[in-house]
Amino acid sequence: MISEEQVRHVANLARLGLTDEEVSRMGGQLDAILDSIEKIRELDLEGVPPTANPLDLTNVLRPDEPRAELSRESALSTAPDAVDGMFAVPRID
Amino acid sequence: MLDLTASALARKIQAGEVSSREAAEAANRRVEEVEDRVNAFITPTPEIALERAGRVDDRARNGGLRPWEGVPLVVKDVLSTKGVRTTCGSKILEDFTPLYDASALANFGEDLVMVGKANMDEFAMGSSTENSAYGPTRNPWDLGRVPGGSSGGSAAAVAAGEGWWGLGTDTGGSVRQPAALCGIVGLKPTYGRVSRRGLIAFGSSLDCIGPMTRDVRDAALLLQAIAGHDPLDSTSASVDVPDYLTDLEGGVSGLRIGVVKELMDERIDAGVREVVGRVVGELEEAGAEVGEASLPHAYYALEAYYIIAPAEISSNLARFDGVRFGLREQADGVHEMYRKTREKGFGDEAKRRIMLGTYALSSGYYDAYYAQAQKVRTRMIRDFREALSRYDVLVSPTAPSVAFEIGAKTDDPLAMYLQDICAVPASLAGIPAISVPGGLSDGLPVGVQLMSDHFTEPMLLRAARSAEQVSDFEFSPRP
Repeated sequence: MISEEQVRHVANLARLGLTDEEVSRMGGQLDAILDSIEKIRELDLEGVPPTANPLDLTNVLRPDEPRAELSRESALSTAPDAVDGMFAVPRID
Repeated sequence: MLDLTASALARKIQAGEVSSREAAEAANRRVEEVEDRVNAFITPTPEIALERAGRVDDRARNGGLRPWEGVPLVVKDVLSTKGVRTTCGSKILEDFTPLYDASALANFGEDLVMVGKANMDEFAMGSSTENSAYGPTRNPWDLGRVPGGSSGGSAAAVAAGEGWWGLGTDTGGSVRQPAALCGIVGLKPTYGRVSRRGLIAFGSSLDCIGPMTRDVRDAALLLQAIAGHDPLDSTSASVDVPDYLTDLEGGVSGLRIGVVKELMDERIDAGVREVVGRVVGELEEAGAEVGEASLPHAYYALEAYYIIAPAEISSNLARFDGVRFGLREQADGVHEMYRKTREKGFGDEAKRRIMLGTYALSSGYYDAYYAQAQKVRTRMIRDFREALSRYDVLVSPTAPSVAFEIGAKTDDPLAMYLQDICAVPASLAGIPAISVPGGLSDGLPVGVQLMSDHFTEPMLLRAARSAEQVSDFEFSPRP
């Protein structure tokens, strides 16, 4: 069982605001989903390597050469707030 | 003109028998006719379609159009389009206008005749297109039912003739399942075959861009247009792009086809199994060698997927923090700003999956969930390797049911996740898979799924072409 306290802890890790109603509903739904996922424990996976990418790619490198990219002005054009050519945010607490 | 396939329309445009502008006008008219009932688009772009079609026509006079040019296309709203609002079906990107086009669109140049940006489940999370901040899309076959998802807008638009073909994205079935439910063809290419640059990421080790079309030939032509290596996507494959049309009509004679027994059990509606069985029988008549294949871990694939995909989502959606783009809610401190912005901007399913993924990756649970799921993924890949050493193509249903009623599963996330049961095995393995309409059950379309090994799309498309030819189904725009 996931407690409300755990739900709030995970929401904080994800920087996600939840209403009290969402916290209680989310707990039950996450429980149900995690219960169904428990099925995986039936499997003996000892010694099986994990897969992160289906194509077996290892580090893909390219030459480290400068090339044309977005200008600072256009990169900032989508920002909610910008000051002096930089992204602006509220006080960092 | 509305009854032509995209390939047939493309040939007419090249021959000068029809102008691209006439096609764009016809698509725009169709959007006006049906959109208040279907709601396939978040942002229709009629003027853009006309302007670019005009430029295609100007170039057509000198010859030299590429074979996919000029045919109006529907683009899922998860693909970045320069200067055209791209929302991902989310409130958090309601006013976001990308600064560049997705690389997959590059072969259309500046003249992509785009009908509009299609509706979708928020950030491609869902199987019904009901998780959109812009209202649900309705299935053109029955307006009381869902079109599937997450590429339900693209599927419905193509099924309704609001464009001749479309692009969707598939992480765990999001091209194939809506294609099945709307009676069109949906192709998920091999992972890495199409660049993901400019595709707003959901599950980065799973996401694939794919064609949603009227027939298999159209899917092959559209894949030709979007496939290729991209130095700006380090996971895109450095593998030559073959000609997908050359062998298309080669038939299935001598092809070994395995029916996946784990995906033909009682979890699949009887009417769906019947249609799939009939198509397989016809393929055998046409010369294929048919047998039974087994993917033992298919029973665990869905569970593994619902750990891996949310884990990747929770990381990918961290970028929506009110700093560089999208919504920002005002607050005194930056942490409160993050929390309020994400609370207001994300819908229920996005929140649920962020929570699930963050939990699965958090300290103390990583090994129990994420690491185990990655091992199941390895097992799934081995299952496919084994099955594909005995068969060229594997067949299953695409979805466990026909289109369900709007609202039927919205309160039960697990029931909704079950829609992906047949689709996720191929996603975990990164192999190509295509859904072809096989016929009707209770008057609604049923999709037949064909899967094959990495980068064997030419053979897969050839088998799918045969499957659509033997199936009991004819495309025509609805409603």
